[in-house]
Amino acid sequence: MISNEHVSKVYKMGEVDLRVIKDLNLQVSHGEFVAIVGPSGSGKSTVLNLLGCLDKPTEGKILIDETDVTQLDTTALANFRGENIGFIFQSFNLIPVLSVYENIEYPLIMIQNLPEQERHKRIMELLKDVDMLDQKDKFPDQLSGGQRQRVAIARALVTKPKIVFADEPTANLDTKTSNQIITLMRNIQQEFNTTFIFATHDEKIVRVVDRIITLVDGVVTDDKRIAS
Amino acid sequence: MKNIIKMSLRNLLRSGRRTALTASLITIGVVFVLVYAALSGSFKAYMVGQITDSMLGHVQIHKKGYVASIDSLPLDKNLNQKQIEKITEFLDDNPYIESYTFRLKLGAMFSNYIASTSVRLNGINPKKETQTLPLFASRIDGSDPSSLKEGSIIVPELLAKGMNIKKDDTIVLVATNQKGSVNGLNFKVAGTSETVSGPGGRDGYIHINDVKKLLRIKQVEVSEVVVRLKDVDQLYKAMQLLKPLTLLKNEKDKPLFEIHTWEKLSPFYNIVKMLDIMDISIKIILISIVLISILNVMVMSVYERIKEIGTIAAMGTTPSTISKLFLTEGLMLGIFGTILGAMLSYVIVFVINTIGITFSFGRQDNLTLNPVLNFNEVLVVSIIVIIISLIASISPARKASKLNPVDALRQN
Repeated sequence: MISNEHVSKVYKMGEVDLRVIKDLNLQVSHGEFVAIVGPSGSGKSTVLNLLGCLDKPTEGKILIDETDVTQLDTTALANFRGENIGFIFQSFNLIPVLSVYENIEYPLIMIQNLPEQERHKRIMELLKDVDMLDQKDKFPDQLSGGQRQRVAIARALVTKPKIVFADEPTANLDTKTSNQIITLMRNIQQEFNTTFIFATHDEKIVRVVDRIITLVDGVVTDDKRIAS
Repeated sequence: MKNIIKMSLRNLLRSGRRTALTASLITIGVVFVLVYAALSGSFKAYMVGQITDSMLGHVQIHKKGYVASIDSLPLDKNLNQKQIEKITEFLDDNPYIESYTFRLKLGAMFSNYIASTSVRLNGINPKKETQTLPLFASRIDGSDPSSLKEGSIIVPELLAKGMNIKKDDTIVLVATNQKGSVNGLNFKVAGTSETVSGPGGRDGYIHINDVKKLLRIKQVEVSEVVVRLKDVDQLYKAMQLLKPLTLLKNEKDKPLFEIHTWEKLSPFYNIVKMLDIMDISIKIILISIVLISILNVMVMSVYERIKEIGTIAAMGTTPSTISKLFLTEGLMLGIFGTILGAMLSYVIVFVINTIGITFSFGRQDNLTLNPVLNFNEVLVVSIIVIIISLIASISPARKASKLNPVDALRQN
């Protein structure tokens, strides 16, 4: 469902062109649990940004469910992200002025404009799934790192996205919490058949994914499927 | 929209101290403008009332050229009976006019048998004069000018003091008529008068019939017609109806009459204009305060929340929604500041009216300023502040909406 052909990304650094992604050709199917790994500066986050429609490639095209997202303007791209894509960030990026419930509700109101009854049903189900039901009225600064990431996962899933991109989702968490979060994401992927694409260094994630794509200096050097 | 307002409100409350400081700056600005407008409006209304109701009237009509040579009080520029009848015709038909009176003015020599000096004499019809100028009596000490009898004079205070003249003293007035014939008559002092701006001036008042005797004229003659309107705000409508008078020509095909509003005749009108300019200047200062404070706070807000903007953009919030979030924040700051400012202004004006700010003016003591907060003024100032708040938020909102999500998410 995600396919890209000859994707390159060049950043201008003054007079110098820095080619961070070189001729990327990837296909990711529905429901895959994929990790993009590689050393720092290998281009993992850039690939995530490109596939997540946050950035546009300098060359090549990216198709998501047959939509060429490279042809969409800023507003159309924002709408496309709102309908199809969820994000989980390393530092959670919750909105500090909103409660747990409201943070999860935000994309449903501001982006998908869902009626209140349906919003409430979806949020309560997700809060139960991420085990945060009793914390729903708290604000982000009243939560631990693990709890915040659970909320961020619920927020990413509440729009029922086809793909969730997670950039180092466990980097700010301790081992025990990381394991809980990874298990949570794995369960959700299996339950809803949601595609998860991680950019990570974390061995704990690498151990549970179905596929590991290794990136070195912007080039895919290995693409390995793990038999479950 | 409800959710945008909710988000904006919470963002404002997030930086509570900064929001309070900015809103209070706007509040102070609004209070300053509204209280100043109320006070200056009260002062203007009082002064204009004094000038028009005790001396000038709202409109004056003269023979063409009289005002230009008013210092010499020329007798050859008086209106004759036919001309007076024409003017009366227009005045009686004008629905905006409450009353009018005629004055016959001349320059004369004034003597108390010991010393002599020049005086400007106003021959008045006492009843009509006090009817047309309701505050005229407040300028007179020692007698009621509405019952000024023939043979009596109200002496300018300046001369009375300088020449040690008291009530019931006898003085002599000597005047030269148009034919060069000199005549003198005795008058009994009925009281003293001060000018609107205090005890200066050399205007004395005698009965109009005494002027005729002094000048030895038999025919009807008038130097000026003083007109009082029912409502001074209808001045320009009243003037429109009087305009045909200015188009009337004499046998030499020159305009016959000239009509002046109090604004043209009184130097105080320039002060009124200055007060109006100050009013505008203060509004410009207010606009600057609002513009700078909101621009500053919104720019800070965008810089502080770059990562948050990146997050909501990544989730799929469109640039226009992001822009609306920041515009709403700026707008709400402006609205809070304005509402608080307007409320506080009403309280301050109420307190001023309760305490009562008094001042003395000429012969009148304990005059109280009665500031009134005009609702239209409040509305205009509020609309200005709210529009400026919105304008000040445009640039930061635009910056926020144009942020590249990838760059924004990279910020710490």
